[in-house]
Amino acid sequence: MAGMAVQARELVKSFGEGEAKTFAVRGVSFEAHFGEMLYIEGPSGSGKTTLLSMISGILRPDSGTVVVEDKDIWSLTSDQLADFRLNTVGFVFQDYHLFPRLTTVENVAIPLILKKLEWNESMTQAMRYLEIVGLRDRAQLPPVKLSGGEQQRVAIARAIASQPDILIFDEPTASLDGDTGRKIVDFVKKNILNENRCILIVTHDSRIFEYADRIMRMEDGEIKGVEKGGQ
Amino acid sequence: MKGILKIAYKLLVNDKGKFAALLIGITFATFLMNMVTSMFAGILLKSSSTVINIGAKIWVMDPAVNTVQNSIPMPDYILDAVRSINGVRFAVPLYSGAALVRLRNGVYQSVSILGLDDASLFGRPELMQGHIEDIYSDNAFIVVKDAEFPKLGNPKIGTGFEVNDHTGVIVGIARVTTGGLFGVPTLYTTYSRAVQYLPSTRYTISYILVEPKSTGDVQHIKEQVKSMGYVALTKDEFMQKIANFYKYQTGVGTNILLMTAISFIVGLSISGQTFYTFILENLEKFGALKAIGARGYELVYMILFQTAFTSFIGYGLGIGLSTLLITIAKLRLPSYAAIITYRNLGMAFIMVLVIAGISSYIGVRKVIRIEPFDIFRG
Repeated sequence: MAGMAVQARELVKSFGEGEAKTFAVRGVSFEAHFGEMLYIEGPSGSGKTTLLSMISGILRPDSGTVVVEDKDIWSLTSDQLADFRLNTVGFVFQDYHLFPRLTTVENVAIPLILKKLEWNESMTQAMRYLEIVGLRDRAQLPPVKLSGGEQQRVAIARAIASQPDILIFDEPTASLDGDTGRKIVDFVKKNILNENRCILIVTHDSRIFEYADRIMRMEDGEIKGVEKGGQ
Repeated sequence: MKGILKIAYKLLVNDKGKFAALLIGITFATFLMNMVTSMFAGILLKSSSTVINIGAKIWVMDPAVNTVQNSIPMPDYILDAVRSINGVRFAVPLYSGAALVRLRNGVYQSVSILGLDDASLFGRPELMQGHIEDIYSDNAFIVVKDAEFPKLGNPKIGTGFEVNDHTGVIVGIARVTTGGLFGVPTLYTTYSRAVQYLPSTRYTISYILVEPKSTGDVQHIKEQVKSMGYVALTKDEFMQKIANFYKYQTGVGTNILLMTAISFIVGLSISGQTFYTFILENLEKFGALKAIGARGYELVYMILFQTAFTSFIGYGLGIGLSTLLITIAKLRLPSYAAIITYRNLGMAFIMVLVIAGISSYIGVRKVIRIEPFDIFRG
């Protein structure tokens, strides 16, 4: 197994107070490695999205640590956390969250613009990432003119544009038909995953389990088991 | 920062419907505010037209006078007393009153009559036709060729009329800087003829026009006049007094204030509501930007840029539109009162900034509060 990408230790997260207090994640520990595609699977309300948010520096845990590149990300300041998300993590949201009023290439260029690259340079680089996902010819179209699968690929291009070490997919197949969903994950596995990158996917779509290296099953905020994928 | 502002610009202008609605809101508000305040500025300017046209540096009058038209006559000895004040280069009487003239065709027409000091003719208008010395000839009057001139039947030199059973003859046609407010023609004659022709009270001097030897003498002159029970106002002070009368004692000012406030509220409602909808529609995207790594201040800059951009464009369009309308109106109606002043432009700009500020606040508050985690939760 390659080097460690993420190390989570005893992560706890609750919502609400007093009698309304609910534990979404209860003392979860796990590790994810570079070159690995790790699935977090479980029913709705099992805590997988909360866990993913804590790993990606979006949601502060009540207790526990998340170590990425030898640093506990929750010891960082809010600005450092924003930099961490920009430089180390790439997000592919369930609903993609592409800006409908921008062109496809402008959407892909957003992380580069946030990294303070010049506009023209951002667009040039964004075109390269669109080429990787096979949508160069769609660069000047608004995302609404693209199919669901194409929008998903634009979101992937945007996520990899900042060359992150960790890629996070939230229910990547939820808005796609089975065939397109499988094609997307297959594409990600073959073209996006590499030995310097770790991909974490939250899903409950068993049709794409065959692409996972490991599948971590969550229930009631706890890890109930870890299986090898590809079966 | 330039790149993120370019993104903000594209998000704004590519949403054509909302951008248009925002522009319409700001433009409409600016247009209304500028029209209303310009009309008021024009009315105030015209209400001081005699003060501007006569051009005296100091006006002596009864303290109860509020406007040029409502003068309270002063006794002749006040003129002598003013002339004897140290620092007065000269002081002359002015008659200001209204009369009915009977035109050749039998039509009666109200006019405003100004009687100039016989010796100096101080405050005389610039003549377009005729010679100023003709004002000393029998029954002589000079008519002002302004927007009200046609009401006298477009008189020519030699045209006769009757005023208070006296014959009057036009001996000159003049122009003045500013037309009057009340829509009546203006006639100039000598002070002595004015008091001779027009029914008057025991006292006949409407105003005493004073030229000080130097600006340093103005304060002393004012104090001396005050000790006589009268008031001496500089040209600007008199204009301000007239303006204050119309603003605060006639209800015109209150109505203008209300109209301006309504314009502001309408603009704020349209722009604020549209911008709020715009932000709500893009809220998840802003949340996604936050998740991706945008810092809070970058999102705030985006929103401030969007509101500032819309406001400046809308302000420019509103001012342009009102200027165009006023220009067209003035071409069609020479007596149209509206005048655009720097103060009005500044006030409308401040109001637009307030609209932009409130709209920004609504947007910023929403965007600052959105948590990236909400994006994951859906």
